[in-house]
Amino acid sequence: MLSTPALVLAIMLFALGLIGLLSRRNILYMLLSLEIMLNAAALAFIAGGARWGQVDGEIMFLFILTLAAAEVSVALGIVLQLSHRFRTLDADAFCELRG
Amino acid sequence: MISLLWLIPVLPLTGFLLLAFFGGRLSRWQIASVGCGSVGTAAVTTAIVAADFFRTFPDQESYHQTLWNWIDTSGMTVGISWYLDALSLLMVAVITGVGFLIHVYSAEYMAHDDGYARFFAYMNLFVSAMLTLVLADNLLLLYLGWEGVGLCSYLLIGFWYREPEYGTAAQKAFIVTRIGDTAFAIGLFILFTQFASLSIQQVQSRAVEAWPVGSNLAMIVAVLFLIGAVGKSAQLPLQVWLPDAMAGPTPVSALIHAATMVTAGVYLIARMHHLFALAPMVQEVIAVLGLVTLLLAASSAVVQTDIKRVLAYSTMSQIGYMFLALGVGAWSAALFHFLTHSCFKALLFLAAGSVIHSLHHEQDIFKMGGLRRHLPWTFWTFLIGAAAMSGVPLITSGFYSKDWILWSVWSSPISHRWIWFGALFGAMLTGLYSFRLIFRVFFGEVRTQPAGEPGLAMRGPLVVLAFLALTVGFLEMPHTLGNVTVFSDYLSHALPTTELLPGIDESSEAREQLAVTVAALLGIGLAALLFLPGSLFTSRWADQSTDHPSMTLLQGGWGFDRLYDRLFVRPWFTLTRYPHDMLDRGYEWLAVCGKSCHGWMSYTQTGHVRWYAATIAVGTLMLLGLFAM
Amino acid sequence: MEILFYIAAAVSFLATVRVITHVHPVHALLYLVVALIALALIFYLLGAQFAAALEIIIYGGAIMVLFIFVVMLLGPLAVEQERTWMTPHAWVGPSILALVLLGEVGYLIAAGDHTGSVIAETRQKGISIALYGPYIIGVELASMLLLPGLIGAYHLGRRLSREGRGC
Repeated sequence: MLSTPALVLAIMLFALGLIGLLSRRNILYMLLSLEIMLNAAALAFIAGGARWGQVDGEIMFLFILTLAAAEVSVALGIVLQLSHRFRTLDADAFCELRG
Repeated sequence: MISLLWLIPVLPLTGFLLLAFFGGRLSRWQIASVGCGSVGTAAVTTAIVAADFFRTFPDQESYHQTLWNWIDTSGMTVGISWYLDALSLLMVAVITGVGFLIHVYSAEYMAHDDGYARFFAYMNLFVSAMLTLVLADNLLLLYLGWEGVGLCSYLLIGFWYREPEYGTAAQKAFIVTRIGDTAFAIGLFILFTQFASLSIQQVQSRAVEAWPVGSNLAMIVAVLFLIGAVGKSAQLPLQVWLPDAMAGPTPVSALIHAATMVTAGVYLIARMHHLFALAPMVQEVIAVLGLVTLLLAASSAVVQTDIKRVLAYSTMSQIGYMFLALGVGAWSAALFHFLTHSCFKALLFLAAGSVIHSLHHEQDIFKMGGLRRHLPWTFWTFLIGAAAMSGVPLITSGFYSKDWILWSVWSSPISHRWIWFGALFGAMLTGLYSFRLIFRVFFGEVRTQPAGEPGLAMRGPLVVLAFLALTVGFLEMPHTLGNVTVFSDYLSHALPTTELLPGIDESSEAREQLAVTVAALLGIGLAALLFLPGSLFTSRWADQSTDHPSMTLLQGGWGFDRLYDRLFVRPWFTLTRYPHDMLDRGYEWLAVCGKSCHGWMSYTQTGHVRWYAATIAVGTLMLLGLFAM
Repeated sequence: MEILFYIAAAVSFLATVRVITHVHPVHALLYLVVALIALALIFYLLGAQFAAALEIIIYGGAIMVLFIFVVMLLGPLAVEQERTWMTPHAWVGPSILALVLLGEVGYLIAAGDHTGSVIAETRQKGISIALYGPYIIGVELASMLLLPGLIGAYHLGRRLSREGRGC
């Protein structure tokens, strides 16, 4: 079956997303990387659901979708605020919470 | 109608809540109506419940009411549930009845005090806590009332909190009774671990089944409960708080001494009598403790100069009688003395309050005198109270109850002759100190000009209580005099009847009664001889020199205060002061350590989102690695 | 079937690599859309048709459009890049990858293998029953998550517009 290669793909995509998250400084790209990671997780669930012939994988996908929608709406609002305040999208510039 | 039982503790509690939350907005008249009204309605409810209870009484000995489950976990169910039987009904009747009279009295006595609403709020809470205590079906609820009573005594003794020494007295009462409470709590835990129940009836029936007479556990639990009772009832060795508790307003003293608080210990022992019956040695200890306390307190009372302290020591002494009766197994006699005592002691305190009130808060009896003509109401009621306390034969209630106790001591199989002689001597001392007060305060020349008789709200309760102090005794009269057994018949449904030695007959009872009578009259006569102005020895004792060492010893209550001060208080303070640096260094080190750790950890808070993401990733990797291993 | 999966996987992988390496946000977004569509195809191949549809409609459609909007709203920051974004070669990469996917879908339709749609009907029923049965708490939680998302987005956007007016 295709589940095992699908899981491998999910891992690869997740790793790519993580690399993007850690290496890009533009906050917009970091959000995109987050989306990639969420999708990779969703793919893993779908693959698991397909492997066992259960619907739970797809239900988890639905929840991930919901999460992504809520996250993106708030995160993009924050991005707009940040760019408005700091006139930059550099994530390392927003470090006012430094301990 | 008996289902109204739950209202009895709830009504004063409602009064407390009303006064606590809205007291500031009410007028004095409204405050007094709420304060007295709540206890008054509780008294009326008690009457209704009692009427219903007596309709089915001998057939149905107890009534049980569960309001809701307070704690319900596996293996432990504690309900807010009430238990009414002959014993608790008697207690409830006294608490609400006498409590109501004291409330009415305080409405006038406290009329000019700033904390009027606060006072009535505390008083209501006090009554409510005491009612919870006596009506509780299980030991935990009883303990709630027990602690509530302790709290209220603290609040009321320190009622005039602007005086630091009153605050100290309140703390003393709280801390000393706390020692007893702790022992009581430990006893409660032991009972729970042994019988997996806290219901008073269940625990006792299981204890009777499981423990043989004189077994170790029964002894330990009985001793722990006894320490609890001793703390609340101000018996040796935890009696030191009671004289200082006079710091509170006089009606508070009346409430503490007559209706609530100090009788809680007596109630506890009577309520747990099955348990104490399993520990005969502890019972003997109770009897001896009662005897020693009553003698110590009576001898101290003879030399006190503060009118309220005399009464405080007299309470200790009378409670000593109750403990003595409990100790020799004369349960009903103890409760009978509780009943008469609550009448005449409330009366004495209220009358003393009336004296203090009219003398502008003068409490030194050496500055009083000749009040007989100026305060006739107070004088006659005080006289009745003092006569009842010293046990003037035939006409006063105190005689019947004290005689019953002494007769039980004489005839009980677990008593000794010397205990009886001690108690007899105590009866003599009672007459001495009671009438010393009368002769000092009401006879002789006027030393402080009184302001005049108090008003109706203070006189009314005095008259009612004086009536009760005279008549309550007729509920139970000995074989030789009338043979009335209403009280003992009534209580025999809740408490075991007194065992008598075989071969005791009426002639010895008559002889014993004669001895009691003679002792009381001897005490009164001695008081007349020593303290009545114009009598033979008065001149020599008039300016009683208080610098004699034996006098100071007696006045300080046999020096227990100083002993405890040396033994516990000062060493403790030294201990807390001495290693001040070392212990503090430890805690400071802890603080410094926490602070520096915080400093280091805060370096990880870079504020960079990517750093956080990286740490999350690394943490996840480490966790995965952990699972992989 | 398997070859289709591997091609789609390759497309999504390459597109994702381009997403995280590209310097222009709009290009990156286009690559991401392609990657999502490739993923949707993989979902379909794994038998999750409903998920595939949602992936395209909600992820590839709604969420990505949100991103595009935001990139446009960031105008002042991006205005000097505007010209470089709109060069023709920006479209080449995504277009090629999208064409590959189009070819796959065309093959699937032409191959006439529609057994999946029959399975989908019963599967869909199972999803609904499970969602409103054992997963009802999850649905409630999701709704509780979406509501703050809505309020948060509204709040953040409102503050921006007020400051934008120079208050």
